[in-house]
Amino acid sequence: MSPGFQGRPRSAEPALPPGQYLTEDFPVLSAGPTPRVPLDTWEFVVTVEGGAEFRWSWDELMGLPQETPTVDIHCVTRWSKLGTNWQGVSLDTLLEGIDTAARYALVHSYGGYTTNLPLDDLRGGRAWVTHGYDGGPLPAEHGGPARLLVPHLYLWKSAKWVRGIRLLVDDKPGFWETAGYHDYGDPWREQRYQGD
Amino acid sequence: MTDMSYLDGNMLDGPLRELFAVDLSSATGRCESCGRLGPVAGLHVFSHAPGLVARCPACGGVMLRLVRAPDRVWLDLRGTTFLQVPMPLDQPHPRPL
Repeated sequence: MSPGFQGRPRSAEPALPPGQYLTEDFPVLSAGPTPRVPLDTWEFVVTVEGGAEFRWSWDELMGLPQETPTVDIHCVTRWSKLGTNWQGVSLDTLLEGIDTAARYALVHSYGGYTTNLPLDDLRGGRAWVTHGYDGGPLPAEHGGPARLLVPHLYLWKSAKWVRGIRLLVDDKPGFWETAGYHDYGDPWREQRYQGD
Repeated sequence: MTDMSYLDGNMLDGPLRELFAVDLSSATGRCESCGRLGPVAGLHVFSHAPGLVARCPACGGVMLRLVRAPDRVWLDLRGTTFLQVPMPLDQPHPRPL
């Protein structure tokens, strides 16, 4: 062991991905009007590459095992927020038992937003459909009734007002990815734009 | 709770001037989604976002997206079937044959 090796630096300042600054508030970003989705008609749909659909109503989502991840989030507009508290259902739970050969996912939202990511990034305890934030229901301006949460990627991948996920054999770029943003979006590698 | 407020399309003038040699402040555009023809200045622009998103004031369809990186810019106009730009008359109107 080399002298001085102590694992994570014991700095008072938490480590942030390159080019990010720390914020204490929770900025609201949106590419359009905030959709209002009544819970009695809300649904979440996973569509497999062959066309088969798996649907959950709001009550069915609430009946699944709930998790309370505490995670750091990083927005491509350069703010990061540390230790945010969420409540929701792991994508591992939702995808369990769904037979697919797909390697990619295209997430779609109420209001028309889409974003793409590799299916593997939705697995392994790294992604949730969240409906709670900081002990209360997730506010509409932050994506309520439910938003995807994939905190290891830039926050535009964590689609607000999530409605479903299409599992795809071939990658299909989403809303920001078709307008210059990166297909993967790893904040630690600063993958903001196409070609980064 | 209120919807995220938007700006009017006049704010696109500066960002687009960076990209185009012509002045688009008096341009009109047709919405691919609903067919509405209207001034670019009348679009609803959502700017609290990773880029500028300009929506049709009638149907809400996305007509224009502009993403600015430090060294590059992307313009997506797939939601606009045409931009109509007033031009100075550069030749007499052709006579009928």
